[in-house]
Amino acid sequence: MAEWTTLAEAVKAHVHDGQTIAMEGFTHLIPFAAGHEIIRQRRRNLSLIRMTPDLIYDQLIGAGCAARMTFSWGGNPGVGSLHRFRDAVENGWPAPLAIEERSHSDLANAYVAGAANLPFAVLRGYTGSDFARVNDRIRSITCPFTGEVLAATPAVRPDVAIIHAQKADFKGNVLLWGILGVQKEAVLAAKTAIVTVEERVPSLEAPPNACVLPSWVVTAVCEVPRGATPSYAHGYYDRDNLFYQAWDEVSRDRGRFAAWLDRYIYATSDFADYRKLQSDLRAQAVSS
Amino acid sequence: MSQACTSEETMTVAAARMLRDGAVCFVGIGLPSTAANLARLTHAPNAVLVYESGPIGAKPSVLPLSIGDGNLAETADTVVSTPEIFRYWLQGGRIDVGFLGAAQLDRFANINTTVVGPYHNPKVRLPGAGGAPEISSSAGEVLVIVKHSRRTLVEKLDFITSVGFLTGGGARERAGLLGKGPVAVITDLCILRPHPVTRELQVAAIHPGVARDTIVDATGWPIQFSDDCGETQAPTINELEVLRELLARTAAAHGVSGEAA
Repeated sequence: MAEWTTLAEAVKAHVHDGQTIAMEGFTHLIPFAAGHEIIRQRRRNLSLIRMTPDLIYDQLIGAGCAARMTFSWGGNPGVGSLHRFRDAVENGWPAPLAIEERSHSDLANAYVAGAANLPFAVLRGYTGSDFARVNDRIRSITCPFTGEVLAATPAVRPDVAIIHAQKADFKGNVLLWGILGVQKEAVLAAKTAIVTVEERVPSLEAPPNACVLPSWVVTAVCEVPRGATPSYAHGYYDRDNLFYQAWDEVSRDRGRFAAWLDRYIYATSDFADYRKLQSDLRAQAVSS
Repeated sequence: MSQACTSEETMTVAAARMLRDGAVCFVGIGLPSTAANLARLTHAPNAVLVYESGPIGAKPSVLPLSIGDGNLAETADTVVSTPEIFRYWLQGGRIDVGFLGAAQLDRFANINTTVVGPYHNPKVRLPGAGGAPEISSSAGEVLVIVKHSRRTLVEKLDFITSVGFLTGGGARERAGLLGKGPVAVITDLCILRPHPVTRELQVAAIHPGVARDTIVDATGWPIQFSDDCGETQAPTINELEVLRELLARTAAAHGVSGEAA
């Protein structure tokens, strides 16, 4: 059964140095609050998995939490580069980052394989491309029925999956809707799952076939309103596109990024405190 | 009937015209999404736009800034999970047209969106694959939209992310790829199409007012012009109005809310 805890308690109890962590959410419901808390608790040497690293992993990489990353598209959506990611890959700052690069289709299939307790994913992919040349875990398998040669890639089996969802009930059953990405698969592929939610409700009132994660596949559930901002939560708030644009400038320069980290993450006690600081400064900017 | 327009507008309109009404189109973010939505708002109202984040039949009123914007989900016929979109819909053979952008492209329309320079010591680390490798291999056919320059249309790719015709001729078929591959590359100078035998990209139509030398100078390999190379029909007033209204609505929608970092 999922245990209702604070996010700080969940990260302290379940996220440890050197683990493999998958924080999913495809543009939508990205668990930013949890990412901040991992930085705040100064976890190190993590192997990060995520289809689209987005700003959440740019922040973790820049803060020195990651040793390795598996991903399939590493840009700032609609804006350009992830500068902290690029600085780590191109210059080894703040530490070298080993990368394992896959395609979206591959990683999605690999999460499915993980959730299904299979050792590898099989897909029609990569033919003619250079991926297998640089990643020896992208291999091939011959179909025993037709003889067709297909791509075979290792399943994703994270130690911890972290997602954000719209609602959880008192028992810790979780409901999410809208663009679902690979969150359900990530939770089911992982040994431990932490879920942050917009709100804690008496009953989910979910229709049949809704995407519900039963309490007993979730380890910890935490109420963190706006916990996915600057991404969005369908039915709650929109994507903060200006933050994504502003991040391009903040993250471009090491010093400016370090100052952001000090002020917004290390000097704040939790995500609510971070959001209050952000809105206070915005109010000042408007009134000055 | 036409009016003054930018080369980027001509490119977007020319790309939009390639999408036939009713086609099921897997849409990349950025220029492909602009062109596909322009098509939907002009001559192809029944085009089915599919985004890799899961929306099928998306009809956004403004262009998405990211591949998973909420308005794609809200306006879609259905929204499926990411594994499902790739497994059942793309790999399952339900996609007529893949619409892609490119950081770099070679003469056989192979695409690089991974690195410039050596892979393990890159000069520039690009975002990577996304859905493109499987779109380029599994979609019935592929359209590519890209701005024309020597940095983009290059002699040799540092990395093949998504395949076009590989080394040309019958190489794509021999590799066992299912879809036909790229049928057109639309740039801000011209429309390129693969030669029927060699599969090398050739200029098939030149945008109004563009000189042949400009195309030659902006291409990283000795570009050929097809024998029947003509001129792209200029954008119509209606096409330009719809495009400009779409972009204006988009700017208004994405610029108003949000917090500074």
